[in-house]
Amino acid sequence: MAVNDTLEGTHKIIQEAKEQQQNSGLVPTLNDFSQELTTLNLGPTHPATHGIFQNILQMDGERIISGVPTIGYIHRAFEKIAERRPFYQITPLTDRMNYCSSPINNMGWHMTVEKLLGVTVPKRAQYMRVIAMELARITDHLICNSILGVDTGAFTGFLYVFQEREKVYEIYEEICGARLTTNMGRVGGMERDFSDVAIQKLRDWLKTFPAVMKEFESMFNRNRIFMDRVVNVGPITAEKALNYGFTGPNLRAAGVDYDVRAMNPYSSYEDFDFEIPVGTKGDTYDRFMVRNEEIWQSLRIINQALENLPEGPFHADAPHYYLPPKQAVYKNMEALIYHFKIIMGEIEAPVGEVYHSVEGGNGELGFYLISDGGRTPYRLHFRRPCFIYYQAYPEMVVGSSLSDAIVTLSSMNVIAGELDA
Amino acid sequence: MAENTQESAAAPQEAAAPLDPQAVKNAQLLALLHRLFGADAFTDVHEPYGLLTVTTTRERIHEIIAGLQQDQELQLHFLTTMCGIHYPENEGKELGMIYHVHSLVNNLRLRIKIFFPIADPVVPTLTDLYATANWMEREAYDFYGIIFTGHPNLIRILNVEDMDYHPMRKEYALEDGTREDKTDLFFGR
Repeated sequence: MAVNDTLEGTHKIIQEAKEQQQNSGLVPTLNDFSQELTTLNLGPTHPATHGIFQNILQMDGERIISGVPTIGYIHRAFEKIAERRPFYQITPLTDRMNYCSSPINNMGWHMTVEKLLGVTVPKRAQYMRVIAMELARITDHLICNSILGVDTGAFTGFLYVFQEREKVYEIYEEICGARLTTNMGRVGGMERDFSDVAIQKLRDWLKTFPAVMKEFESMFNRNRIFMDRVVNVGPITAEKALNYGFTGPNLRAAGVDYDVRAMNPYSSYEDFDFEIPVGTKGDTYDRFMVRNEEIWQSLRIINQALENLPEGPFHADAPHYYLPPKQAVYKNMEALIYHFKIIMGEIEAPVGEVYHSVEGGNGELGFYLISDGGRTPYRLHFRRPCFIYYQAYPEMVVGSSLSDAIVTLSSMNVIAGELDA
Repeated sequence: MAENTQESAAAPQEAAAPLDPQAVKNAQLLALLHRLFGADAFTDVHEPYGLLTVTTTRERIHEIIAGLQQDQELQLHFLTTMCGIHYPENEGKELGMIYHVHSLVNNLRLRIKIFFPIADPVVPTLTDLYATANWMEREAYDFYGIIFTGHPNLIRILNVEDMDYHPMRKEYALEDGTREDKTDLFFGR
């Protein structure tokens, strides 16, 4: 009894002290806490952003009340730099936009210049470009989908497919000598023909990759834990997506079948048989599934291109723009002159303006080139799909929890290089 | 050598100009545009590389883009991109905005340009029509100093906030503009 009395006495004392404090108005009540928002800096260097950009989130507990994206941390003024560079020196700038699929950027740029110059690229070079671009699309989607797995806590799939990405990079190495920032091809075609080793590596990879991809899909597609995390997370309607200028897999996940490869075929895409997968709800799961299916379709295109790879030259006959072979430069006066003029950027382009777009890893990658007849572009504008659709991000995550915002961001595949140019 | 280069550089452009299936489409598109907005709405109509390009005024740009978006026949309801441009030698029309709109249904593209003086770079915003115009206009403001009236949040986007100039304007040379020891023979401007 005595013990209880003591405790009760203590309680009383505490109770009284509490009441006193509350009456004084100095201690916040529970009601006060529910009004308080936390400001959370997601980024600039947060592991889940996979790049340098910031989101200032207002959080009410776990719920996101508002988000303000800040970008530009790796802005490198590519559009300005391009105004002082001859066309062939702009290719390395395009590498550094979407660095997960640089060959698509390279080819898109070459095709823009070829359109301006009126150069027709031979069929073989077009097919070679298709192979390189589809390989790039596969690696781009592999990174996005496997990192989405990592962000939901599933590391295994990432390790499985990164092995395959490494093999694709080895194929790039055989094609052009570089791996990440490829600088592949030239204005007028490819810089060299596919070597026997490149073809062999490509054939080997085409044999082994489908099994790995199937394994990856069997790990994720119907995985209960994964589906619980991504189904109905970060959805966007087709109408909103179009209004926000979405393109690529993110738009197709919302149910709009817009693909530049099909609508405005370039580089002989009209020769190939492939399907455009679309989703219905535009949520994270749909984006994941659309990318997975696009990997299969890209494999189909590569197989068709490789089987039907035409014989013939791998570059156009455009001596003013396409570097002569090095051996000829040593022995042949014209070759030496062209070599010098091209390298020194002394070739004048025709006056004109041209918009050319390709289906990049993230959507419509457009190049708007205005030439005033000089040696460099007068104005070069890149339509960067990431930059355009990332502004929808706050609207997509407001009201959801922080962990949902992370997977939404991951499934949108925002690449900082492309975002900031 | 110089003559030779110019000849062959000009040749492919001439060859590319005729016989384009797009040309037929563009004629229809232009007729529709004239019917919707009147023949005097557009000047400087041409089709570089098959893409119909028209110039209009900043007074009419909002109405035209809105009309194209709502028109059931054209369905030009996708704003592909917009960007600023600077022509310092065009007096009274130094700055410009170039809009690309696209119909995903009819697969039509249209390029619309407007020009206005650099002393008065004020253009109506398109953010009430297209959510995607928000960042595109901020980019144009950031690089060219074009003011979009009605824009909800017109601040710099890629450059730092305290930058006090608009770097894509042509007066800012890429290399140090104060250098006099180096002439710029090779790379033009």
